[in-house]
Amino acid sequence: MDLLEYQGKQLFARHGVPVPAGKPARSVEDAVAAADEIGYPCAVKAQVQIGGRGKLGGIRIAGDRREAEEHARAILGMDIRGLTVHELWIEGASQIASEYYASVVFDRSAKAPLVMLSTKGGMDIEAVAAEDPDAIASLHVDPLLGFQDFHGRRLAFEAGVDADVVRPVGAMLAKLYDVFTSEEATLVEVNPLIITPERDVKALDAKVTLDGNALYRHGDNAALRDLSAEDPQEVMAKERGLTYVKLDGDIGILANGAGLSMSTLDVVAEAGGTPANFLDAGGGSRADAITAAVEVILSDPKVKAVLFNIFGGITRCDEVAKGLIEAFEQIEPKVPFVVRLDGTNGEEGRALLEQAQLPNVHSEATMDGAAARVVELAGGAA
Amino acid sequence: MSILVDENTRLCTSGITGREGTFHSLRNRDYGTKVVAGVTPGKGGQDVDGIPVFNTFHAAVEQEGANTAMIFVPPRFAADSILEAEDAGIELIICITEGIPAHDELRVYNILKKNGRSRLIGPNCPGILSPGKASVGIIPASFFKQGNVGVVSRSGTLTYQIGNVLAQQGFGNSSIVGIGGDPVPGTDFIDVLTLFEDDAETELIVMCGEIGGDAEERAADFIAEHVTKPVIGYIAGFTAPPGKTMGHAGAIVSGSHGTAAAKAEALEAKGVRVGRTPTKVAEAAVALLRG
Repeated sequence: MDLLEYQGKQLFARHGVPVPAGKPARSVEDAVAAADEIGYPCAVKAQVQIGGRGKLGGIRIAGDRREAEEHARAILGMDIRGLTVHELWIEGASQIASEYYASVVFDRSAKAPLVMLSTKGGMDIEAVAAEDPDAIASLHVDPLLGFQDFHGRRLAFEAGVDADVVRPVGAMLAKLYDVFTSEEATLVEVNPLIITPERDVKALDAKVTLDGNALYRHGDNAALRDLSAEDPQEVMAKERGLTYVKLDGDIGILANGAGLSMSTLDVVAEAGGTPANFLDAGGGSRADAITAAVEVILSDPKVKAVLFNIFGGITRCDEVAKGLIEAFEQIEPKVPFVVRLDGTNGEEGRALLEQAQLPNVHSEATMDGAAARVVELAGGAA
Repeated sequence: MSILVDENTRLCTSGITGREGTFHSLRNRDYGTKVVAGVTPGKGGQDVDGIPVFNTFHAAVEQEGANTAMIFVPPRFAADSILEAEDAGIELIICITEGIPAHDELRVYNILKKNGRSRLIGPNCPGILSPGKASVGIIPASFFKQGNVGVVSRSGTLTYQIGNVLAQQGFGNSSIVGIGGDPVPGTDFIDVLTLFEDDAETELIVMCGEIGGDAEERAADFIAEHVTKPVIGYIAGFTAPPGKTMGHAGAIVSGSHGTAAAKAEALEAKGVRVGRTPTKVAEAAVALLRG
């Protein structure tokens, strides 16, 4: 789960990471009230999970009340690379002497957290890594040992931070590591990490990704939301306990298991179609889950045809067939369906569908045949 | 021969008294696996259709000689259960549970590695099947028969799809190993490729990867240097958009890292044939087996 900047900063503050004082706002009035409270000059920042918002006018400095109102009005509702701005973060403007970069990353390849520090902050770190890899100091931390003071010193010396801030920067890294482990994040990134003219160290930005599987241990974090990133179909699917990802094509897809679902999208694409979604109906799918899945798939108005690709292991094909029949009783779909049922109770499932004589439902024996058929029914190869 | 599970497997299921735990333990036993014990704290002394239940793994090892564990408990209890099995001296731990927090997996992985006593398969995996010998997990064993194709996969259903096409062509499997779809698998492609390389029964290896991480890229390097048997690869997720978790916690393209295209290229660059669809993978395997 990706957090917005202000949500990340609020998390930072709980762990003693210094951040500029600020307030979130969802309306121009709230933004102005927040700016008045924080004082001028202040920064008005669009809250969207996408890089480069500063360059696109999503971060502006207000010198007074009138400017705060003007900026809030301009940024709220703005489109930043396809995301609509629903929230602002108003914070005191900071004086900057130096801009650094710091992060803690869940390195799945090394099976250990990777801590990085660079004095080249305030720019795209992947570009820095490509052009000047020596400018980034990094080390893996043994998760059984945890982050020690020496880790912080090593990184600070290696990165070449100003001598007078070696200690506070090391302390900052220890706190970011604490955020990473105690909030169960998979990414904690600060870019830029700033040194003020008074030589204070502050996190001017916050990019935090939390592990969705650990949210049951973090009730406060579980309640955090990002309105701009929410897709209506994805919200609907989540409420029904389905694993659904919205894509931009016109062929609705349901399969069982993550691997087979991904593979089904690929095979449809190979056949010349464009998938509208990823939907893993899961192992042991029951009829009611299938009905709910059909509702979610069809709630996307772009869908012109639907493909069911089931290879039953734990999932029983007769349950899938029952779910589909049930769905047709409730919703009367207007688009054609192609259904491929194979594996556990495949014959029973196919027999049920045959008896039900659902309108515009086509049975196919193989995954490849089913993909070709659904592409044809959706209007042919793109 | 086969790898990891066979006639010598003595299985103990953690969470055997739960609905899924009971169902699959009995299915594994029906297949011929020696399911010797179960563990559910507080239910020691009971039995599940004749399988004795213990309060601890330690008791299951002492009294029934369990040497393999299958973890079926909910995510919040799974890390502890794996560590208990390891502490009790069980050498092979197969974790079916999906949804374990990533930091728990990181801790468990590093503890097991440090101690060097146990191998963990999974989490979030379908288990291991050695056709004709033993089935541990949720793989629908009836679709597979004994043969010479070793399969290692991050996905369950995809494996069934490919295995089924092979079976229809008359080919069976030495073992099928699901390493799971999580970011920190206890055992990765390289470990299983090593076992298949040393297994006399395995003639050909099918490796099913998917987006996310770099396990396939590392496996490609390993195959080039250490694997003499033919390997056919498959990668799922060519159409997956960046930044979206595709069902498996580990299946995510992060920025430009972990794409299917990069993985397929890495494998092909090292001479591994990659099939673009499950059917093409099975066809390539059949062509090689028929010589």
